Amino acid sequence: MSETKLHLITAESLADIDQNIAKYPVERRDSACMPALRIVQDQNGGWLTNGLMDAVAEYLGMPAIAVYEVATFYSMYEHKPVGRNKICVCTNISCLLRGSDDVVKHLTHKLGIKFGEVTEDGKFSLKEVECLGACVGAPMMAVDHDYYEDLTPEKIDSILDNLE
Amino acid sequence: MANDVCFRNNHLEKPWTLDVYQGTGGYEVWRKILKEKTSPEEIIEQVKISALRGRGGAGFPTGLKWSFMPRNSAGQKYIVCNSDEGEPGTCKDRDILRFNPHQLIEGMAIAGYTIGASMGYNYIRGEFWEPQERFQAAIDEARAAGLLGKNIMGSGIDFDVDLHLGAGAYICGEETALLESIEGKKGQPRFKPPFPASYGLYGRPTTINNTETLASIPMILKNGGQWFLELGKPNNGGSKIFSVSGHVNKPGNYEVNMGIPFAELLEMAGGVLDGRKLKAVIPGGSSTPVVPADVMMQTDMDYDSISKAGSMLGAGSVIVLDETTCMVKALARLSHFYYEESCGQCTPCREGTGWLSRVVHRVEHGQGREEDLDMLDDVANKIMGRTICALGDAAAMPVASFIKHFREEFQYHIDHGKCLV
Repeated sequence: MSETKLHLITAESLADIDQNIAKYPVERRDSACMPALRIVQDQNGGWLTNGLMDAVAEYLGMPAIAVYEVATFYSMYEHKPVGRNKICVCTNISCLLRGSDDVVKHLTHKLGIKFGEVTEDGKFSLKEVECLGACVGAPMMAVDHDYYEDLTPEKIDSILDNLE
Repeated sequence: MANDVCFRNNHLEKPWTLDVYQGTGGYEVWRKILKEKTSPEEIIEQVKISALRGRGGAGFPTGLKWSFMPRNSAGQKYIVCNSDEGEPGTCKDRDILRFNPHQLIEGMAIAGYTIGASMGYNYIRGEFWEPQERFQAAIDEARAAGLLGKNIMGSGIDFDVDLHLGAGAYICGEETALLESIEGKKGQPRFKPPFPASYGLYGRPTTINNTETLASIPMILKNGGQWFLELGKPNNGGSKIFSVSGHVNKPGNYEVNMGIPFAELLEMAGGVLDGRKLKAVIPGGSSTPVVPADVMMQTDMDYDSISKAGSMLGAGSVIVLDETTCMVKALARLSHFYYEESCGQCTPCREGTGWLSRVVHRVEHGQGREEDLDMLDDVANKIMGRTICALGDAAAMPVASFIKHFREEFQYHIDHGKCLV
């Protein structure tokens, strides 16, 4: 038995995970795997480490491999550092038709990074994503929890200027 | 004529609150059921009369689906709402969650009562943060008002709802992948049978319905199945939310009666962008076959009419393409999507989506070969019908239909190494 990793999860995160565990039948702690990964990812500035995944496995009583499977299957889990503001740009069909190419061009030029990269100051990272379900507001992007729709270069500038 | 069902309160201020919802007759049906213990058979009968069909894309009759549940069998049963809205072009459920979450909760409660489930989960895609906050706030309000919980209003009936957030996987919109996901696993579809009505969440009998489907239920029972049916047409009852996106002047979600002519819907959405000419329409979301403009302009927006036009109503996600669209580029983006989202479980889909994506990509970029179009058709045919779930078909259908209707554009890319438009 390897050493415990539970100390990697903060008390606050544990309380949050417990609230999620309570949503499911008592013998179904596995169901809290997805919320638990989201919670520890948030706690760690937006990305997962092996230690955090092991800690989730230990807390939920799951084999570590089962947690790794989940953590690598879903696109919202990150496995390397992201910016303080994670910018997700939709380039799928409705956004493409309304100019997502220009949105991407503007963002990569302005930030000096490509998809999958983080700015040197750690403030922004850029990610290409599949349809985020805001097609009538195309082109769109999400920055962390917030959606921004009907984007223009000017609008993007003012959004980025207002982020910490 | 419009906004009669899911969007009926959208014009009001803060329509997502319990006060506004109850002020417009919300939870009256649920209270009546709790008081009178309406027979589940009667409820199913009204839903059957309404001709409500699954709004998530498959269009399966909802009343029939509910009747499959062994509601009198012992043990836990579940109602699960599918708010994992991810089909490119689709964004209607997001607005139901944001603007009318209580009607969805009431629909889930009624569904749960009808199929004998005391617990419901709403699976909301992880990126929908504002919608999930609204939905959670509505759960909290409904619990505080005694509309959810144990022995609700002294009726002896238990029903509660919780939400489960996704984490970015289109495949979880497939109902059995969604169940796997709630169970804390990778979202890989299950082989069927057994169907969820016999072996669903945690192996228990489960019904999964789309957000718009469930949110329509309270109005169907309030006004009667016949009322809903007559909003639409036989076998295609009710109104429907159409997400109109792409090349139109006023993209938006329009809740209108089923069977509205496409031309009329296009006009509601402000017509083709900047007065340009319509080229084609993807009528039901990215998975549905593309339809050329002249056919689409003669088609009505209901399941049966669109089927006759060679496509599918799907989730009602109308993607409008004008004359400036490069069909090769459009297809390349769609094919990339299915390649990204294939769960990797079935070989024809896992390998085939990669072939489709790479070959369309090389045609787009002027490196196409003479045999590529036949090969694309061949690969698409070899995926169709050979996978556990419908994602394989969903990847194949756009390819087959784009090449069928716009073959000359693809050929031009191959012959000249550049675009025709």
